[in-house]
Amino acid sequence: MKNYRTKIISNQEVSPGYYRMRILAPGFGAKARAGQFVMFRVQRSLPPLLRRPFGIFKVGFMEPDCDDMPPKEYVEILYKVVGRGTTIMEALHEGDGVELLGPLGNGFDVTDTDGEMILVGGGIGLVPLYMLASELVEHSSVRLLMGGRTRDDILAVTEFERLGVETYVSTDDGSLGEEGLVTKVLERKLQKYPNAKVFACGPMPMLRAVREKCLDYNAPLQVSLEEFMACGVGACLGCVVKGAGHTEETPSYLCTCTAGPVFKADYLDWEKLGQTEETECGGCS
Amino acid sequence: MAIEQKTPTTRPNLTVDLAGMRLRNPVMPASGTFGYGEEYAPFLDLEDIGAIVTKGLSLKPKAGNPTPRIAETISGMLNAIGLQNVGIEAFQKHKIPFLRTVNTPVIANFFGNTLEEYGAVAEQLEEIPEIAAAELNISCPNVKQGGIVFGTDPQAASEVVRLVRSKLTKPLIVKLTPNVTDITVVAKAVEDAGADAICCINTLTGMSIDIHTRKPRLANKTGGLSGPAIRPVAVRMVHQVVQAVSVPVIGVGGIVCAMDALEFLIAGATAVQVGTANFVDPSAMLTVIRGIEEFCVNEGLDDINQLIGSLRV
Repeated sequence: MKNYRTKIISNQEVSPGYYRMRILAPGFGAKARAGQFVMFRVQRSLPPLLRRPFGIFKVGFMEPDCDDMPPKEYVEILYKVVGRGTTIMEALHEGDGVELLGPLGNGFDVTDTDGEMILVGGGIGLVPLYMLASELVEHSSVRLLMGGRTRDDILAVTEFERLGVETYVSTDDGSLGEEGLVTKVLERKLQKYPNAKVFACGPMPMLRAVREKCLDYNAPLQVSLEEFMACGVGACLGCVVKGAGHTEETPSYLCTCTAGPVFKADYLDWEKLGQTEETECGGCS
Repeated sequence: MAIEQKTPTTRPNLTVDLAGMRLRNPVMPASGTFGYGEEYAPFLDLEDIGAIVTKGLSLKPKAGNPTPRIAETISGMLNAIGLQNVGIEAFQKHKIPFLRTVNTPVIANFFGNTLEEYGAVAEQLEEIPEIAAAELNISCPNVKQGGIVFGTDPQAASEVVRLVRSKLTKPLIVKLTPNVTDITVVAKAVEDAGADAICCINTLTGMSIDIHTRKPRLANKTGGLSGPAIRPVAVRMVHQVVQAVSVPVIGVGGIVCAMDALEFLIAGATAVQVGTANFVDPSAMLTVIRGIEEFCVNEGLDDINQLIGSLRV
């Protein structure tokens, strides 16, 4: 991990209210693993004071500006405009200077490639699933169940398809794909594939419902969480969640930034998880 | 007209003496913003900073507060972490081995909920050779005496400092809370009780409300405000304390860049602590150190000590 003082390659609206930002980051991709994140400094002046966490969507190389230059390495984030930070971000352009700390955190565990892989993404929660899918397709058959409120919340599905991922879309209002919750689709898949492994990222009510289904069908689940954080490196202790077995007497607080953001569902205390007020996730902020 | 030659041939001296410790420069992290040092090792050379200040340690491990624990405010942040820490024993076992490898003085910040707890931690810190000095946090409620914060009552502050002093021969820094009417009263009380240095200020108590849910933005309702928002308050209090006591003062509150740190030094602080800025930029302290050095060169100063307390009023 390192602090990149770098610049924006492109920043485009990909769906109403959703942006995709490509940032120059030499050497980043070799270190980044699926499920990790970056702390993004929106601008050098204040406010906002703190950096914002964003899941890594994609890493890669693009053609250099001229023939004798090496290819340009980049990292991409996808974000939803929800607050002060992301409102400033949407106005940034190619060439603007930004700071990026990363890659940070604990990514998905992809060591066990047996069985069907089912990825469940809710809205902007799809972000960390792309790198995961591109790793998993090497060894396994991968399905993406993508849910959102309306068609505007369904992002980048064709890019998953290009990886060879079978995709299923559902929206609350039926404006794209099947009408209803993504967990309905999940249940059908779990019935069909008893050895499936599930990976999920999205709003807390969705994660909770996915967790219930996975318990019903005894499917191992990894979830990527979002929490407000100041540092991203385990120092501020602002982003903790309760671990399984947490009690007043034997507390277990896990930093979302260093123990997570990806957790095996069994390691978490789901009772109180996310029961504080839901703040809308903007691709982490 | 002759051109004035301002550039000194050697680099300015940045070393300062603080309560018997010699620091390579006057810049160190504020407790609670730098973990136990190791968390920031990937981002800066820990041998470039003046000292390492640990997260606040208590006798037993402490779980901390429910979430949300932090909220961003205009040019600041509110936190109510609740002093989550591994406890003094785990600190010695798991954190000291790393700190031992770093050639930078380690200042252990610590706290208690009763006088007895403060005393017990001080006794243990005295026995850890890797600890160069202790920083006493007196911004905690005194559980046995109705929860009044030690640091807001000169009598209680004096008592806890006296007790800790009796257990500790190492340099003792006392960190003061700004949540008092007159900080100089507490400053004098802790000086009289045996403090070797005073660190000010801790966070200012604040509150922020989500207007849509109409709930406090922190689970703890209130929290400590830090960051650039509090800097003028901190500079004022450091100035007042420097006038009131004769022990050295460490200035802390909203330092982001060298200019901010220089204000505190000119006001009379012997050293400064960088807090919230570490979260924003993990190498913030290096920027501050380089900037201080550059300022000395530009001002034709060959020693940082010439700047300390040079306020013109």
